[in-house]
Amino acid sequence: MFASLLGTAFRLAIVLTVCTGLLYPGVVTGVAQLLFPFQANGSLVEHNGRVVGSELLAQPFSEAAYLHARASAAGGGYDATASSGTNAGPTSSRLRDALTARALVAESLGVARGEIPADMITASASGLDPHVSPANARRQLVRVARARGVPVASLDTLLGRYVEPRTLGVLGEPRVNVLRFNLMLDSLLSIR
Amino acid sequence: MTIHGWLQIALVLAVLLGLTPLVGGYLVRVYDGSSRWAIRLERLIYRLAGIDAEHEQHWTTYGGALLSFSVVATLLTYLMLRLQAMLPLNPADMAAVGPTQAFETAASFATNTNWQSYGGETTMSYLSQMLQLTFQNFVSAGAGMAVAVALVRGIARRDRADGIVGNFWVDLVRSVVYVLLPLSVILALLLVHQGVIQTFDAYRAVTTLEGGTQTIALGPVASQEAIKQLGTNGGGFFNANAAHPFENPTPWSNLLSLVALLLIPSAFTVVLGRMTGKPRHGWTVWVVMAAFWTVGVSSAYVAEAQGTSLLAKAGVALPASADQPGGNMEGKEVRFGISASALYAVSTTATSTGSVNAMHDSFTPLGGLVPLLMIELGEVVFGGVGVGLGGMLFFVALAVFLAGLMIGRTPTYLGKRIGQREIQVVMLGVLIFPALVLGGSALAISVPVGLAGLGNDGAHGLSEVLYAFSSTAGNNGSAFAGLSGGSAFYNVAFGLATLVGRFVPMLSMVALGGFLAEQAGGSGGEAAFPVTGPLFGLLLAGTILLLGALTFYPVLALGPIAEHLSMLAAMRN
Repeated sequence: MFASLLGTAFRLAIVLTVCTGLLYPGVVTGVAQLLFPFQANGSLVEHNGRVVGSELLAQPFSEAAYLHARASAAGGGYDATASSGTNAGPTSSRLRDALTARALVAESLGVARGEIPADMITASASGLDPHVSPANARRQLVRVARARGVPVASLDTLLGRYVEPRTLGVLGEPRVNVLRFNLMLDSLLSIR
Repeated sequence: MTIHGWLQIALVLAVLLGLTPLVGGYLVRVYDGSSRWAIRLERLIYRLAGIDAEHEQHWTTYGGALLSFSVVATLLTYLMLRLQAMLPLNPADMAAVGPTQAFETAASFATNTNWQSYGGETTMSYLSQMLQLTFQNFVSAGAGMAVAVALVRGIARRDRADGIVGNFWVDLVRSVVYVLLPLSVILALLLVHQGVIQTFDAYRAVTTLEGGTQTIALGPVASQEAIKQLGTNGGGFFNANAAHPFENPTPWSNLLSLVALLLIPSAFTVVLGRMTGKPRHGWTVWVVMAAFWTVGVSSAYVAEAQGTSLLAKAGVALPASADQPGGNMEGKEVRFGISASALYAVSTTATSTGSVNAMHDSFTPLGGLVPLLMIELGEVVFGGVGVGLGGMLFFVALAVFLAGLMIGRTPTYLGKRIGQREIQVVMLGVLIFPALVLGGSALAISVPVGLAGLGNDGAHGLSEVLYAFSSTAGNNGSAFAGLSGGSAFYNVAFGLATLVGRFVPMLSMVALGGFLAEQAGGSGGEAAFPVTGPLFGLLLAGTILLLGALTFYPVLALGPIAEHLSMLAAMRN
């Protein structure tokens, strides 16, 4: 009995491999490429005619004139072929040291202790989080404004337009897409 | 905590409640054969595989078919992974997967666990992701659904007493063709609309805005993402799983994923109710599941929103405000924040899915305890597709048996006796899980190769090991990912835990269904203990808690609870 069951199992496994492993992803790819080519290919965005990244993935920003993405544990940082969180335990010394170091950066922006936005000194889950919270972005505007020689208030108005609200008013959290905001900055304002 | 956060949780439950009767009713039509819209594809598959769809199997044959299919599928996957370097559709030139890694992965995907001790984008070719991992996502889910249907048929069968429970091949094929494939196509396209990628193009290098280089991993993600949620599989295309923006880019995609992973397990309570002719019994079971889920999500949300002593000391604004999420954002994504991360963590562990949108290892001690507890209750809070209901029916049988002992009557369940041999297979199915978890964890922390894998020390290290064995033996697949599970020791240990943790309970479910199908059943079971309403619901919940909580309380006290207490002590200093 077992031998005939194994035979049927083998034949069914091959048939279902073709259906679910080849036909299904093939059909979905075809339809997706036809209907939503931008999203299906990674939401890649262009600037001055060349692709500068995906609006869904964080990329490293270190210059003062840009908003900076959240801390990243993906590969050596923002490696889009090695997504990862830190996986540091909530009471670990590894996390304590990382938080202490990043809190200094927040301090340099003039953020008082006890007022640091929660996403500002923590590492994201994917290491590729494309967003920061509106509060995090606003705190960074001080630095951006100085580097670009414009008043903070004018940047603040621009930022307001880039805050994406909760979906349906309840799903997810308000957020700012770092790459999109930086692209807007570059197209409107030169770096001093 | 915010009002939006609580409303989000309520919304998910409401959507689930609304869809459950619809999908449940459809499942009933699929398994009694009255839904026939894909009959031509179905017949073609039977002809190619040489299956006689009219022939019904005795429960022993049914179990044998399940086992043979799983053996074949595991071996095929193992071979494919070992050979992937020589096969096409490998644009990133991935090397062959190593022997213990390939064994662990094959076992893990064939058992619907999808524990991943590798990073997808650094290990798997596109062909491996599709041909083996996507395929396994479908058939391991289909096998789970088949087993649940066989068990429910055994309970429901009245006309004869011959131990016949259906045809495994037919139940598997119909699960895939009528349920999983169409739902996956719809979900995959919705996900692509939201930004999930679906392409065969090679990884792409771009010059970033500051002039650096970033290589972007791509692939056919949406097709795998859809079935990974619907089939409660959980294996991510990428290492960061559903926290990766290419797998889960928006709050909409997050809601779709949450509903998808809860939907089929939830709908199976309707299958139970309708096929046994006691719809209220099905709903009583649903309410018990939903109650555990609600308490779990709420506890995790409160714990994560409160944050930790380290965050407070570093100067983080822990209360949420209109423009920042507050709480413990380490290992979480801004677009989800605290509420959607807690929702996801509890739903994915309650259902045996194991995909994650936040890193459980970095949760607060109590916030991490909840997902762990959800697995350790036996993954019966909705549970895996099919097997979740099967596991719940073990507890139903146990509750009925206990009630029978208390009132001094022969325990009967819907007119069928729960006798010695029935309770024996139930106990086998229930107890193998804690035996694997506690035995495996004890072994791992006693040997140097086990300790070498820990990503954190102290109580949290124990939690990592405990979580890993709970997740693999319970076929969940989520992780406290700081543990380096890719060593030969862990690969072999986890591979064995997934196999035993899957097939012993599943074969026990088939056997229980068979034993019940061997009884014609009395129709006059009305004098028996009622299996609907609040009294039975409380008894069932009590039985689950008694077994799950008491078994694991001592080791939980040494892991997450000890860590929580030490954190409180640190706060006071």
